[in-house]
Amino acid sequence: MDELIAILKDIHPDVDYETATNLVDGKILDSFDIISLVSEIADKFDVVVSAEYMVPENFNSAKALWELIEKLQDEE
Amino acid sequence: MLFTSYAFIGFVILLVALYYVLPKKAKWPLLLLGSYVFYFFAGWKFLFYIAGVTVITYIAGLLISSNKKKADARFSEMKLLEKSGEGSPEEVGKEARKRLKEGQKKKRRRIMAIGITLALLILAVVKYTNFTIYNINGILSAFHAPKRINFLTIALPMGISFYTFQAVGYVIDVYRDRHEAQKNFFKYALFVGFFPQLVQGPISRYGDLSKELFTPHTFKGRVLERGLQRVIWGYFKKLVIADRILPAVNTMIDTPENFKGAYVFLVMMFYALELYADFTGGIDITIGIAEMLGIPVKENFERPFFSKNIAEYWRRWHITMGTWFTDYIFYPISVSGPMLKLSKWSRAHLPEKMGKRLPVYLASFVVWFTTGIWHGASWNFIVWGLGNFVVIMISQELEPLYAKFHKKVNTDGSTAYKSFQIGRTILLMSALRLFDCYRDVPLTFKMFGTMFTTWNWNTLGNGTLLHLGINRADYVILALGTILMFVVSMIARSGSVRDKMEKKIPFAGRWAIFTVLLLVIVVFGAYGLGYDASQFIYNQF
Repeated sequence: MDELIAILKDIHPDVDYETATNLVDGKILDSFDIISLVSEIADKFDVVVSAEYMVPENFNSAKALWELIEKLQDEE
Repeated sequence: MLFTSYAFIGFVILLVALYYVLPKKAKWPLLLLGSYVFYFFAGWKFLFYIAGVTVITYIAGLLISSNKKKADARFSEMKLLEKSGEGSPEEVGKEARKRLKEGQKKKRRRIMAIGITLALLILAVVKYTNFTIYNINGILSAFHAPKRINFLTIALPMGISFYTFQAVGYVIDVYRDRHEAQKNFFKYALFVGFFPQLVQGPISRYGDLSKELFTPHTFKGRVLERGLQRVIWGYFKKLVIADRILPAVNTMIDTPENFKGAYVFLVMMFYALELYADFTGGIDITIGIAEMLGIPVKENFERPFFSKNIAEYWRRWHITMGTWFTDYIFYPISVSGPMLKLSKWSRAHLPEKMGKRLPVYLASFVVWFTTGIWHGASWNFIVWGLGNFVVIMISQELEPLYAKFHKKVNTDGSTAYKSFQIGRTILLMSALRLFDCYRDVPLTFKMFGTMFTTWNWNTLGNGTLLHLGINRADYVILALGTILMFVVSMIARSGSVRDKMEKKIPFAGRWAIFTVLLLVIVVFGAYGLGYDASQFIYNQF
């Protein structure tokens, strides 16, 4: 989770990712950010977040995204 | 049957009345029948295209859904067998289950690919055959070859770009397991062919539209009232503003040699107003009709001319098209295997920021190229799409510069700075839209250039404006209509205007306002003798 927060901080340093729950709905992360995020995740965690998982619910908070990564790792 | 014809108004009144009179079971079939009657009047031959796209995507959805169900059932069965010790680990163990899952997913992906390729093939043939021939002839001519290919006579079926995209989105969503496939063919046919959306969208998602589309709605005065209000507002924008300014735009773009310099700027502004009133007016009519039937349709605009940059503009203009391209083209390309490899490579070998952005830019390039060609089979639209891409890319690259500027100059909450940003976006977008106006790309660049080389602003006041095909009274009506649109937009900043009216103005007062609006349309609308009731601009896409 800390590694994920570090990646997120790299994209928008001024956001408190521990508490934020509307990263996509609140327009903090745009589609450009999401793609950067996905390629960093592929690098660091060795999982591919395919297009079918790219819905706001999975990216609205660091926690939701972490849960998705864990789910995908489990499936691998 | 144009939206702006008496026949259409009669058709809608009859359909809405029948919808509420008929028993529950007959409501959605009536909408299907009505939709196909509407489409029949657009051209009976076009029915084959919509039916073809419907059948192909229906079958693809069904096959994907049934494969998923079977695979899930087998997966659960294997798990149980493993638990009970009845199956060997090689046959039912974790690895075997993974193999099953991946194998079946591949199968579903193949079905999806075949389904959407076939559906898009229909669109490609009718929309792009002549454009392809045009380009081949261009190449032949460049090589001085004597042969030319003859153009084909293919009429573009109404709304094909919209319903094909809607149907393709459905197949992908079934593949992504967002929802199950619709088993009832006729219900699915209604989703693809729901008549208010056939003219110019919005491009709905099955998950958003289906439930309310098939629910039998009972009559509610309030629902009908709100829908009707929205329809009236839509007709106001279309007939009083868009169609009234249309002759002036046409005069200036049809004889560009006579209208250079300041007039190109005028084209930019007039066309922005025309397109906005035309497209949002049409969408208001669409959403209003659906609302009258109790069916909520996704909004397609969010006051786009108040956007502070182009990226934001595209999140607020033709929203359903933008999200379609993001979900079904931008994301899949960006996270595809080769793109992730490229991303890894570029981050390792290029400067940090460029390395991160290169794959995103590549995917954006594809999206904007496709957006351009989706709008029309011509180089004008392709260059227009790529123009948007270039501007968005430049503004991304200039981001650090903006940050530096904002560190030095505090613009937080500054109305002047916000107005500057809005004005800049309007100008940029209006300049790009010139590609939609002039005959070809070189002419568009040339005309744009005349704004800086031909200094004829003084001639705007010498009466030329009254020879553009609209008179003094037209200008007054246009000015008042535009002010009204602006005021309504300002009120809409903090929520629905109709909600506010409902809270503050009693029923009689509300209807007095809309009756006046209706009278304004009847008196000042650009229709009837002497006017060529024009089709919606987006209907051609």
